[in-house]
Amino acid sequence: MTTSPRRAAARVSVTLAAALLSASALSGCGVFGSPDLVIYNAQHEQLLDELVPLFEEESGLEVELRSGKDLEMANQIVEEGQDSPADVFLTENSPAMSIVDNAGLFAELPETATATIPEQYVPSDRSWTGFLARSTVAMYNTDSMTEADMPASILDFADPEWKGRVSFSPTGADFQAIVSAVLALEGEDATLAWLEGLKDNGVIVQNNLVVMQSVNSGEVDAGIAYSYYWYRDRAENGNDSDSSDLYFFGNQDPGAFLSVSGAGILASSEHAAAAEEFITWLTGTEAQQAMAESYALEYPLNPDANLNPEVKPFDELEPPQVDVASLNGPQVTDLMTAAGLL
Amino acid sequence: MATTTTGRRTPLPLLAAGALVALLALVPLGYVASYVVAIGPVDLWHLLARPRIAELLRNTVSLAAACMSATAVLGVALAVLVERTDLPGRRLWHGLMVAPLAVPAFVNGYAWVSLDRSVHGFAGAFGVVTLSYYPLVYLPVVAMLRRLDPALEESAWSLGHSRARTFRTVVLPQLRPAVLGGALLVGLHLLAEFGALSLLRFPTFTTAIYDQYGSTFNGAAATAMAGVLVLLCLVLLLAELRLRGDRRYARLGRGAARGAVPLPLGTWRWPLLGVAGAVVALAVGVPAFSLGRWLVVGTSTEFPLDELGAALAATVVLALAGAVVTTLAAVPVVWLAVRHRGLASTVIERSTYVANALPGIVVGLALVVASLRLVPLVYQTAGLLVAAYAILFLPRAVVTVRAGLEQAPVVLDDVAQSLGLGPLATARRVTLPLIAPSLGAGAALVFLAISTELTATLMLSPIGTRTLATEFWSASSELRYGAAAPYALLLVLVSIPATVLLMRMDTPSTERLPA
Repeated sequence: MTTSPRRAAARVSVTLAAALLSASALSGCGVFGSPDLVIYNAQHEQLLDELVPLFEEESGLEVELRSGKDLEMANQIVEEGQDSPADVFLTENSPAMSIVDNAGLFAELPETATATIPEQYVPSDRSWTGFLARSTVAMYNTDSMTEADMPASILDFADPEWKGRVSFSPTGADFQAIVSAVLALEGEDATLAWLEGLKDNGVIVQNNLVVMQSVNSGEVDAGIAYSYYWYRDRAENGNDSDSSDLYFFGNQDPGAFLSVSGAGILASSEHAAAAEEFITWLTGTEAQQAMAESYALEYPLNPDANLNPEVKPFDELEPPQVDVASLNGPQVTDLMTAAGLL
Repeated sequence: MATTTTGRRTPLPLLAAGALVALLALVPLGYVASYVVAIGPVDLWHLLARPRIAELLRNTVSLAAACMSATAVLGVALAVLVERTDLPGRRLWHGLMVAPLAVPAFVNGYAWVSLDRSVHGFAGAFGVVTLSYYPLVYLPVVAMLRRLDPALEESAWSLGHSRARTFRTVVLPQLRPAVLGGALLVGLHLLAEFGALSLLRFPTFTTAIYDQYGSTFNGAAATAMAGVLVLLCLVLLLAELRLRGDRRYARLGRGAARGAVPLPLGTWRWPLLGVAGAVVALAVGVPAFSLGRWLVVGTSTEFPLDELGAALAATVVLALAGAVVTTLAAVPVVWLAVRHRGLASTVIERSTYVANALPGIVVGLALVVASLRLVPLVYQTAGLLVAAYAILFLPRAVVTVRAGLEQAPVVLDDVAQSLGLGPLATARRVTLPLIAPSLGAGAALVFLAISTELTATLMLSPIGTRTLATEFWSASSELRYGAAAPYALLLVLVSIPATVLLMRMDTPSTERLPA
């Protein structure tokens, strides 16, 4: 032993004190500071990481993001109730908005916040608003398949001929939204049967990017996802999309379901003015155009924003008639749990 | 050698502090148990008696069994090769064999899957996990081999046994506790593993609980699965505890054992060198190559220095705070267990040990809901995350600090007190300086474990806090492999000191490593 125990003790206490001091110092200078607006964000983190600085610069407000998945955050907000730290809730898909809405936790949006959004994407009581839309598609491998080999309906993927040939991500909010549309259009029994067929047939992966990758690499012939993943990859480098193409079901099939990303303000918010400012900005032309020009390639809902013309035009999608404000998230997770997908 | 004083009364504040720590450590188990009771037997039956649970059970058990067997075989074979033969460059090989511990399993999973997409499912998970965890068997077996008395083997030879037969009948039985202990540790790690198995697309209870959490936040199905997972972990933990109880194979006599005579390999030297080289190439070379490649050529490679810096700062602050809190929490527990033995002390120490069977996913799930329902004030604060770290890594600190306190002779306290020092002053001026090195070592171990923790951090990190592990996770699960690479590199760098520490420790390790 070269150091005396006494000195070692002193060294340890100095280290501990320094650790506590630096922890409190860092918390003082913003690492754990308190923001002007807290957004619970279930939309893609990357999109909000691009958007939020624009809003911060324009408004001078400091925004904190907490990221998670649609239904996780919706249930979390319900569990948190009046104590929720969230001011704004953004989702990828509308079933999560309905969960919070059904718990009566949303404040009514000011008219200015929804003025630019077509009325079918805003619930009649303005408890939240849509701000982006995404189209369901099937992707198919162009080496092993042609468009003619694809089924007429997304429901056909449950048929035995697709065994081992189709991939999807049951834990993703997107697939769960598609299920909610199938549920609204086809009813409970048909949905459960479809899910059970998919469980038998499908290659289950953790998210839509892996769906695309598994299709493009030829691991499976087809996959269920939203269109923008494929467009994004094509726009970046095509590494995971060069041997695949998109198949739009159209024809009002459940597989042409148009899902809506929602934005709402929590009634318990302590920063209501900032929250209203944010949503009004989010639906306004500037932010909608910024989203249209971003990497995202989702459909902006404000008609004044123009999306990249490479993306299939919004008015050619032929989606089924679904009331986006009444999709049932909890029943979807129950059905998926029953089908063994969760 | 005297470490106990029976005549001394246990100070109440000490007992209270110890009880408080034990209570905290029992929160996750209490949460799961009470929730499972609240679900009720009928609903619980519906949640558990379904094909999905059978599938997860099959996956989890088969992967655990396969990986435990494979790591046992690989660990023993490599340990014997490095310790007991004249393999050229043995010291170098020893370092290389332990090196996989410096690559967290989820980084290893990323390295493989980003290099070759066909690495997934059972085969992929089995390969990656085995390569990540075999050092957990290798290290204690090496330590045991070094402590064995060669005289036993020499007696066997002198009685006419061949070398092979001696190895089978004399050496292997003595290695048994080290092999089984290491394999059980592999099992516990595997049950808690989330990141690697999620990337490799092999669902087990831990990944399924996370999926349920992602869909329902606080669903009964998630908690029911957590109950099953905890039971599986407890089975392994009890097996390990039993094993440790009768681990009495080492020499009893004092003095230094002679080193064993290395087995000459002869012409086998070259093929065996090839085997060792292949293991190192797969376990260390592939991750290093993959990581290097993504750092250099990844199309989405970015070095956002401010984000890297922020994640590093958040990680260091959280890990420092967690290390301090965990080590401080260990002190009353250890003090009671060593200096005031009794029923209460034993119960308190064992309570903290239970955390060894609690995967991060269960602690995360429990603390999210328990804090929301019981103490909303701490919900989503850094304090709650630090508490989760303390629960998860308390066993590590307790083991280390205990080893220190047991060697601080209690007679010195008695002398100090007979010379007029009060109990607190005695603790401060006599005992604390003696156990300071073990406090430091315990804090260091906890610091390193926290800095690569993923699962509980994902669930509990306060709004806006991003750590190295969560940033890595967010990038790699979105297939932004290049963006994930700098975080992966930092995670590896952070893991190196703990690996060196473990390598230097000559005793079989029983602490959990970052999963």
